[in-house]
Amino acid sequence: MSATAASPQAVTPARMSLRQRLAARGIDSITLLVLPALLALVGLFVYPFIYGLIVSFAPKVGPFYENYHKFFSDPFLRSTIWHTLALAFPTTLLSILLALPIAFRVRLMRRQRTLTTILLLPMTLGTVLVAQGLLTYLGPHGWFNRVLMLLHISGRPLELTNNYWGVFASLVLTGFPFTFLLTLSYVSGIDPALEEAAATLGGGAWNRFMRIFLPLLAPGLAVTFCLSFVQSFSVFPSAVLLGAPAGSTHVIAIAAYQAAFEQYNYSLGSAIAMIMGGVQLVIVIAVLASRQLFYRGPVGGTKG
Amino acid sequence: MIREDGLAGRLWRIAIWAAVVIFVLNVLAVIAVVVIDSVAARWFGTWLPPAFVTHWYSDAWADFQLSDVLIVTFEIVAAVVVIAGVLGVTAAYALARRNFPGKQAVMLIFLAPLLVPPLTYGIPLATLLYKFGFGGTMGGVILANLVPTVPFMVLVMIPFIEQIDPRIEAAARVFGASTFSLFIRVLMPLLLPGILAGLLLVMVRTIAMFELTFLTAGPTSQTLVVALYYAVFASGVRAGQEVDVMAVVYMASTLIWLLIALRFVSPTQIVSRAKQRA
Repeated sequence: MSATAASPQAVTPARMSLRQRLAARGIDSITLLVLPALLALVGLFVYPFIYGLIVSFAPKVGPFYENYHKFFSDPFLRSTIWHTLALAFPTTLLSILLALPIAFRVRLMRRQRTLTTILLLPMTLGTVLVAQGLLTYLGPHGWFNRVLMLLHISGRPLELTNNYWGVFASLVLTGFPFTFLLTLSYVSGIDPALEEAAATLGGGAWNRFMRIFLPLLAPGLAVTFCLSFVQSFSVFPSAVLLGAPAGSTHVIAIAAYQAAFEQYNYSLGSAIAMIMGGVQLVIVIAVLASRQLFYRGPVGGTKG
Repeated sequence: MIREDGLAGRLWRIAIWAAVVIFVLNVLAVIAVVVIDSVAARWFGTWLPPAFVTHWYSDAWADFQLSDVLIVTFEIVAAVVVIAGVLGVTAAYALARRNFPGKQAVMLIFLAPLLVPPLTYGIPLATLLYKFGFGGTMGGVILANLVPTVPFMVLVMIPFIEQIDPRIEAAARVFGASTFSLFIRVLMPLLLPGILAGLLLVMVRTIAMFELTFLTAGPTSQTLVVALYYAVFASGVRAGQEVDVMAVVYMASTLIWLLIALRFVSPTQIVSRAKQRA
């Protein structure tokens, strides 16, 4: 104690309680390096979050719960939750179901970098560019409808923009690369020796996947689902540009934005933003909790 | 490596490659449509436009004040990259090397911004920034963009730092290096590939970050993606080709950085330290 107290830098009470067992002063100062980033996040994330929560309980008129009451009693606002979930769930699931078999294939390739780069390409495009491209590509005179008609799959142009399917397509295009990147890293983290052992013991492809890979991948897939779901769930620009923002793609982000910055009702806007975060949180917790049902343990080979 | 040579195995392989090809073709088609339209004289109801022109680029450059938008984007992205880099690397170093009471809570604060939709904290944050006079300014946009990028940088850097043998640092300490010169002369050279990869991804994310910039930016602090949104939103006012010109400029500005980033690291390395088998 006397050694730390003698130092002029050691007066911070946090440090005294932290590391009494470490005499060397320089080591303590390393822990403090976390502070600048931590303070920035407390100021820019934690404080606004708490502020938003408080503001959401201070409506312009009515009792403290008025905003939440209004959201859940107004069918136009309430339905935004279902509109958002109807977009976010299928697109996230489809991305994972696409990414999983492709990642299994790419894992076996020797030169994976080129293909991975091509598959990651849409990540750089961003939602706004994809929306602009899809407006033309999926439009009534776009290439997509032309190919369908050329192949006689469809007799007349399908309506794919300014409705649910336009937003659906844009979410899959922009969401897939990220899902694929995460899935690939989890899949290639599993020791191939485990699969070889299963194959030696006579396990078929389906059995190997169900009994070896799926249990090992479950925690990673749960994380992948959560992170991809966040992106789909907060869909905003493509729902406005490519969807029907007053109808089937009136998602919760649009409702929050309109309340806060078009009607200048910050209190209601914050309340909707909090509901958005709450719904998101419930789903993330449910998914992460469900992974408890699966095997938890090392994914490396066990033989030393 | 195990190969399934039965009929089912072969069909399954074909199905997977077909899915990859269809996905890539659609992505390339979306990009091609934007690029072709940006040099089309007039394109409606045909496979390809009848004539090609380049004047949309000079028109859009003037109409959308693209040089101003690009300078603003560059300034904002550079500031975010520098600040997120300094804060992220130092915090990641502390978290990778030390165990301290409350570390779980600190990690939670770094994870939360990546798990909460940007609009959820973006709306109160924008309200506060306007209240304190930062709303609509470049400073406000930079502050808002730090919220997702600092935690991202921290989480990317932690595995990179854990890979470095602590005995190297101990040796530097024995020879009397201070924390600062330890960082500059020992850690920085070793961490450089990881830092560069992380910063390039922060750069791509900041260029592409729509929601937070949209909520906090004013007319003089719009980044390219927000300007593009307004251009698409108000399409009809300007020729569609000019909007596509802006989209092409935007695409080029992110694509370059991603390709550079992928030269430094394998993509999966960014997420985890997966062991690559030779």
